[in-house]
Amino acid sequence: MSLSIRALRKSYVEPGGRTINILNVESFDMASAEQVVLVGSSGGGKTTLLNTISGITTADSGSVVIDGTDVTTLPEAGRDRFRALKIGFVFQTFNLLPAFSALENVLLGMSFSGQKADHAHARELLKRVGLEHRLNHRPSELSVGEQQRVAVARGLANRPSLLLADEPTASVDTANQDNVLSLIREACTENKVSLLMVTHSPEVASKFDRVEKLSDFNKPEVAA
Amino acid sequence: MNLLTIAWKSLRQRALASSLTALSISLGIMLMVAVLIINGLVTEAFRQNGTGFGLVVGGRGSGDMNLVLNAVYRIGMPGEPLPWRYYDELRNHPYVESAVPMAMGDLTQEGQFPIVATTPEYFSLGYAPGKKFTLKKGGRLLGKYFSAVIGSRVASQNGWDVGSTFQLSHGGMDDHVHTERYEVVGVLGRTGTANDKTVFVDMEAFFMLAGHEKPPQEAIDRLREFGYEVTPQEEAVIKKAAAEMNHEGEEHGDEPHFHAVPNDLKEVSFILVNTKDIMGLPFLAAQINEGVKAQAVNPVPVMRRLLDNVVGNVRTLLLCLTALIVVVAGVGIFVSIYNSMSDRRKEIAIMRALGAHRGTVFSIILGESLLLCLGGGVLGLLFGHGLVFVAAPFIESEAGLILNPWLFEPAELILFPVLMVMATLVGFLPGMTAYRTDVAESLTD
Ligand SMILES: Nc1ncnc2c1ncn2[C@@H]1O[C@H](COP(=O)(O)OP(=O)(O)OP(=O)(O)O)[C@@H](O)[C@H]1O
Ligand SMILES: [Mg+2]
Repeated sequence: MSLSIRALRKSYVEPGGRTINILNVESFDMASAEQVVLVGSSGGGKTTLLNTISGITTADSGSVVIDGTDVTTLPEAGRDRFRALKIGFVFQTFNLLPAFSALENVLLGMSFSGQKADHAHARELLKRVGLEHRLNHRPSELSVGEQQRVAVARGLANRPSLLLADEPTASVDTANQDNVLSLIREACTENKVSLLMVTHSPEVASKFDRVEKLSDFNKPEVAA
Repeated sequence: MNLLTIAWKSLRQRALASSLTALSISLGIMLMVAVLIINGLVTEAFRQNGTGFGLVVGGRGSGDMNLVLNAVYRIGMPGEPLPWRYYDELRNHPYVESAVPMAMGDLTQEGQFPIVATTPEYFSLGYAPGKKFTLKKGGRLLGKYFSAVIGSRVASQNGWDVGSTFQLSHGGMDDHVHTERYEVVGVLGRTGTANDKTVFVDMEAFFMLAGHEKPPQEAIDRLREFGYEVTPQEEAVIKKAAAEMNHEGEEHGDEPHFHAVPNDLKEVSFILVNTKDIMGLPFLAAQINEGVKAQAVNPVPVMRRLLDNVVGNVRTLLLCLTALIVVVAGVGIFVSIYNSMSDRRKEIAIMRALGAHRGTVFSIILGESLLLCLGGGVLGLLFGHGLVFVAAPFIESEAGLILNPWLFEPAELILFPVLMVMATLVGFLPGMTAYRTDVAESLTD
């Protein structure tokens, strides 16, 4: 997978009517299977950038080309489908669905792509994150670290080519932080998945070869 | 995982709220089913699609509806009777194939079932077109004197069978009980008509009961009113016979012994008539109605009117009420799902982030509504039949309606499309909330 962002702009209109520019990215690229960590100040627009890449949020202008597909030109249903097929998510607060078991949460990660749910793959992923003995536990019956591992498994369930991780280690303790981090990185390496991870932790960031500071390539203040 | 599975798991997550809403809908459906079953039964009781006779002839003045209620449904007391001579005249009318007399007014002392005094010919008419009366094993049709044939409900409710004996009492204010004991000689098979709750006795014997024959002077007056000539000789014969009847027992020793009642002292409540040719029916009816003596009514249109106007209206009312209950339950489901939506914005946003379309999350919410409505509906069907099962003995003894709890009314099938439509209506707004959820915003909550 390759990611290529060009002249991407995103702004919000405040309730008062004032427009605030959040994103103005002239150029940002990721190579296939590359692992990039994104740092930056709070409110800088990191989450907004990830959402724009995944098509959850629409850009005002510019292009986000993933594997030759410009997601900004896709209609909403097309972006949903693209997300279901190509993109995996791991959130800061894990966001597991409480009504579903660990296995079912992973299966949900492949339910919306229109492809047949692959139970074997789901089990394999949970085994990979060391939860083969917790398949039928609901999120409320899992420890925080275990929940985050389920979330990692779910993020990889649809065999994505890009995994977007928004502060995946922020809610776990330091011991688990390293675990989850290496888990995500190893799984991405094994499956040749590109990884774009947001973190506030310098320690986490230091483990990556490529660290990008958002403010280095995002210049919202210069947007007209 | 398919959408219904996802919907089901979400419902299970809110198990208490979900089961309560499903329960509320099931209670509505339960009442509806009970109403449908009872209504079906009442309709059936009133909708014999015909009678074994073409015309019912009775005294003037009570209206055709009353005549049919009395003669066919055995409800209420008959009006002015007809003299026996009139019956004789009708029986010998060239159009008439059969004329069966009926005298009514008495009730069984036990169970208050109407007594119909008639001739054995009544049973050859059948209870509906092409439907013959059947007798339970070991019984026979009316013999002479104090024998009785009873309907199936009379047998089941009073616990009577061939050999049982009973007494007759006067209906209404007068609580006179005749001393004579009647013996059951036959039990009719179930017909689903008023015949089931009727006790048939022989006409001859009926008039031998004290007070059933007309006082001689009244009988003579009534005959003259009807335009019959009563010669002085006839008058003397009538009075002599009446006088003889009244000292029975005293002169005849201890053996029970009854005198035959002269025809002119007898009266009948109704005459059931079949013509030789069906085309003769309206002509005969017109002829009878032209005269001042009696009225002839074709019972079928009257029965239909009765069904439509009375039974039909009650049914409509009951169905409206239960429909209202179901609608209220529907509103309950709406409130329950709608309230849950604010808690579930994040769940919906997660599914969207995992690639679910707006339409998909809409369908999941709609699926929840469908599952609740249909699940509640199936539960309601079971409850409804269960209710009928529990209530059947009471309804049978109180209202005389025999309920079969496992009888499915075809109308029950309409419930399912109706419930689907309701589920769609109820699930639509919450579904739209899901549809409109702002993913980015809800994810950061
Ligand atoms: N829907 C919205 N409407 C208006 N403003 C918004 C909206 N979503 C985000 N913003 C604003 O955009 C800016 C960037 O938000 P974003 O969540 O991308 O920051 P972030 O870099 O992820 O911050 P953090 O590190 O705290 O998560 C913030 O100032 C936020 O208030
Ligand atoms: Mg953020």
